[in-house]
Amino acid sequence: MRTGSEGTSWDLTTILSKSPLALPPPPRRVQSEATGVVQKMSENGVSSRAKVLTIDTMNPTVKKVEYAVRGPIVQRAVELERELSEGIKKPFAEVIKANIGDAHAMGQQPITFFRQVLALCSYPELLNDSTFPEDAKSRARRILQSCGGNSMGSYSASQGIDSVRQDVARYIERRDGGVPCDPDNIYLTTGASDGIVTMLKLLVCGEGATRTGVMISIPQYPLYSAALAELGAVQINYYLNEEKCWSMDISELQRALDEARRHCNPRALCIINPGNPTGQVQSRQCIEDVIRFAAKERLFLMADEVYQDNVYADGCQFHSFKKVLFEMGPEYSNTVELVSFHSTSKCYMGECGFRGGYMEIINMDNEVKAQLTKLVSVRLCPPVPGQALMDLVVNPPQPGEPSYENFIKERTATLSALAEKAKLTEQVLNTVQGISCNPVQGAMYSFPRITISAKAVKEATDKGQQPDMFYCMKMLEETGICLVPGSGFGQKDGTYHFRMTILPPTDKLKILLNKVKEFHQKFTQQYT
Amino acid sequence: MNSERHNCQLELRGAGGEEKNTTLIHFTSACTAASLCPPLSLLLCFRTTTTTKIKKKKMSQQTVNGVPSRGKVLTLDNMNPNVKRVEYAVRGPIVQRAVQIEKELKEGVKKPFSEVIKANIGDAHAMGQKPITFLRQVLALCSYPELLEDNKFPEDAKKRAKRILQACGGHSIGAYSASQGIECVRQDVARYIEKRDGGISSNPDNIYLSTGASDAIVTMLKLLVCGEGRDRTGVMISIPQYPLYSAALADLGAVQVSYYLDEDKCWSLDVAELRRSLNAARQHCNPRVLCIINPGNPTGQVQSRQCIEDVIRFAKEEHLFLMADEVYQDNVYAEGCKFHSFKKVLFEMGPEYSSTVEMASFHSTSKCYMGECGFRGGYMEIINMDPEVKAQLTKLVSVRLCPPVPGQALLDLVVNPPQPDEPSYTTFMKERTVVLADLAEKARLTEQIFNKVPGITCNPVQGAMYTFPRITLSQKAIDKAKEEGQVPDMFYCMKLLEEEGICLVPGSGFGQREGTFHFRMTILPPTEKLKVVLHKISEFHLRFTQEFS
Repeated sequence: MRTGSEGTSWDLTTILSKSPLALPPPPRRVQSEATGVVQKMSENGVSSRAKVLTIDTMNPTVKKVEYAVRGPIVQRAVELERELSEGIKKPFAEVIKANIGDAHAMGQQPITFFRQVLALCSYPELLNDSTFPEDAKSRARRILQSCGGNSMGSYSASQGIDSVRQDVARYIERRDGGVPCDPDNIYLTTGASDGIVTMLKLLVCGEGATRTGVMISIPQYPLYSAALAELGAVQINYYLNEEKCWSMDISELQRALDEARRHCNPRALCIINPGNPTGQVQSRQCIEDVIRFAAKERLFLMADEVYQDNVYADGCQFHSFKKVLFEMGPEYSNTVELVSFHSTSKCYMGECGFRGGYMEIINMDNEVKAQLTKLVSVRLCPPVPGQALMDLVVNPPQPGEPSYENFIKERTATLSALAEKAKLTEQVLNTVQGISCNPVQGAMYSFPRITISAKAVKEATDKGQQPDMFYCMKMLEETGICLVPGSGFGQKDGTYHFRMTILPPTDKLKILLNKVKEFHQKFTQQYT
Repeated sequence: MNSERHNCQLELRGAGGEEKNTTLIHFTSACTAASLCPPLSLLLCFRTTTTTKIKKKKMSQQTVNGVPSRGKVLTLDNMNPNVKRVEYAVRGPIVQRAVQIEKELKEGVKKPFSEVIKANIGDAHAMGQKPITFLRQVLALCSYPELLEDNKFPEDAKKRAKRILQACGGHSIGAYSASQGIECVRQDVARYIEKRDGGISSNPDNIYLSTGASDAIVTMLKLLVCGEGRDRTGVMISIPQYPLYSAALADLGAVQVSYYLDEDKCWSLDVAELRRSLNAARQHCNPRVLCIINPGNPTGQVQSRQCIEDVIRFAKEEHLFLMADEVYQDNVYAEGCKFHSFKKVLFEMGPEYSSTVEMASFHSTSKCYMGECGFRGGYMEIINMDPEVKAQLTKLVSVRLCPPVPGQALLDLVVNPPQPDEPSYTTFMKERTVVLADLAEKARLTEQIFNKVPGITCNPVQGAMYTFPRITLSQKAIDKAKEEGQVPDMFYCMKLLEEEGICLVPGSGFGQREGTFHFRMTILPPTEKLKVVLHKISEFHLRFTQEFS
């Protein structure tokens, strides 16, 4: 096997030693890549024995893809789980995967109404069952009637079921205080990730200095960097201001843009609001500034708004980019190209497994839109159960309907528990010397800054690991807690963080936070 | 290919100006299509759409009034050029027109028919096929586990549901699964493959669950693409093909290497043709992959064991990665035909082959007797993949988090259906058998009726869900089509849609030998309806032939 730096890029130690941000473009290995010469030589000249597909002859852009949220640390966590189940003794009884915003896995219960309707759609014989409430049945009937052959097993239109898209449009209009929304601009997707990657794909063109550049925040959700790597687009980093509660600053956008213009063609600006992994909620003013910036600099705006119901901090409110855009008047609302993403995976639903989502496109060129419609048709359609679920999210029980009260009760319980956990996390972590944590204004994560001593940094470097990966790995081995190191999201040079979801049930979260605290103290002591 | 396209763009862009801009689109699209699509027909089809688009473009530009800086950030000129080259006929212009007509019918517009029959796609439930009770019971139980207390549900359904839920995070199908798929489902898939292949072992670690088979096919192709210019990866696909392949290759900027199936020999695959195609391709690209669809889509042939062996030998000899699209593995109807999995044949050929030939095999919940397309369930099994590449594959799929969990659950039931001693077994077998027997009857019926029509010849539908008959079109019809800016079989199918409300896909969308014309029609409509459809098409064909004789 090859041992070049790229050849083992999925190897644990190597991947950790590289910041996903600072990755230099690997040298093009023109001849060997195309013919597999290296491989053949290493296999002693028996050319017919070499694999057709090797690390040297595979798609080079795929090799550059990194996705820390499910990276090496999670693989180790899964291994540890297996070892535990095989009876191997560990200093902990269970692995707690706080690496990902996976609400149900953390014990959050599904919303009853949603699951009733999904059961009815799956097995319509239940429509005759009197134990199901009438509103659940009427939703199920409506969904089934818009499915081919009245079955969720049919393909839907590639853009998504008509009636679901209509419901999404009405939901957006309600959310945005009446700003109109055209169902034709709604595309249902396989989770928000699918929509994001599709949009990025449309935007990428050019070569060399004209290659499309895409501005993403640092820290970012690594889907963006992964998709850009795969598409061979240029990642343009703008830094959020940790001192100001991870807020966004136009002068920083300008700096990033001006620098990028020297080597690529910046065409898109991605915003995650509420922020992942940083949990900030943008002010209306900030959104307006961003929109003005995008208009001035001719950037396509991509607003990742999957946490739109996850706002906890006092004085914070979710403002959709679309609403602000339209309130800025026709000069902006007629021109700025915008796409907004939403999903069934977050908010109070947490239905990640269904892979439901949508995007709304605004001011998209008609010809490009036709190309988008064509492109999504190749994959036939998003999963229909996810579409059905999306429909329920945007069209939940109304006052007067039998399921309303219970629905609101469940929804409120989840959201207020999250708000409590957001506060708790900030409070506890800020009591630890060497950890400082911004308020979790929204979303589902805390992204505290950790102080790692020079001694620890050195030991990590000696091991070929990023310091925060070294820290998180050690925490995993000693406490069973699985976090994602800040380097997986990007951070200012010389700073270290981790991302932890606030989703575990309150009692468990308390234990978790205490364990993190103890670990950090021990770690600090060990490396002073 | 790429450089050719860019040259065109540069030249015209230098000229600048609004009027030239429209020329640019025309020129680029046309030469792009030409370099991409071997079937000339596709090129013609593309031109048509381009022409209409140019008209629209001119109009919209006038309204913008020549303020170039106000133009969109994202336009047809500066969007991803690979995406522009993607074509997917199964949901192409003819289907869009069908949807329009449906809307018109709803609005009360008078048509010579009362409903549109969409025979363009293998969408079983949309055609009235009923879901398998057991599958849906378990899905309902998984969706709403409170039903586990309900004694209306049979014990085996509950048992399956409990097992699936236990394998889900927090016992909910709302949790993300492992990116490769739920472990116990992958184990069940592996056991299913072992049973299917007479005991040849399958490792759950080699199973990747996917969002329908399409997802996995695109992922595998993505892994395989590299190099530039003459080193660019070439992928061999059959002509006719299922257009997911050509679309994915266009999207990835890979080179499509076409090999032709032999229509005169019931669409069989001939190694000499593979060799011809490969040798020709080696002049301009680096062919590394051979894709096979068995049973065939759109052509419905079922490959013999011998043929599969020959293909495997060829792949080994020529150092090709094999991709076996086997989503129709339960859809075999013709007497004397049998499904042989590539994996089984590979392993029966001995270690010289089974330990070297790299292969991926694809399956799905969308076809066979289930027809559960909407759930987007599927899997692929990889064989002899380099461990480093496999790690890259695992990493790549992790970016999309996981395939839809309801689809994974459904797949689990497909590979682990009720057993003879379980309460749901009898009903399950009855339902399954009825669907498959009906399909076999419809396959025969379709062939018989079409072959009675002068000017239509139809190979037996040995398997899968489609017929791909050849139609004779007169020179006059061809000229007329040209006049209207359409490829002849698109012209034919559009006319059929307008006159009879039947939506088929023209053969040009799948590729066909130059000068031949076909259409793809699914055999899925219920028998009575299918008879009507076949009858209407026959009449239309006679009328069409007369009109253009």
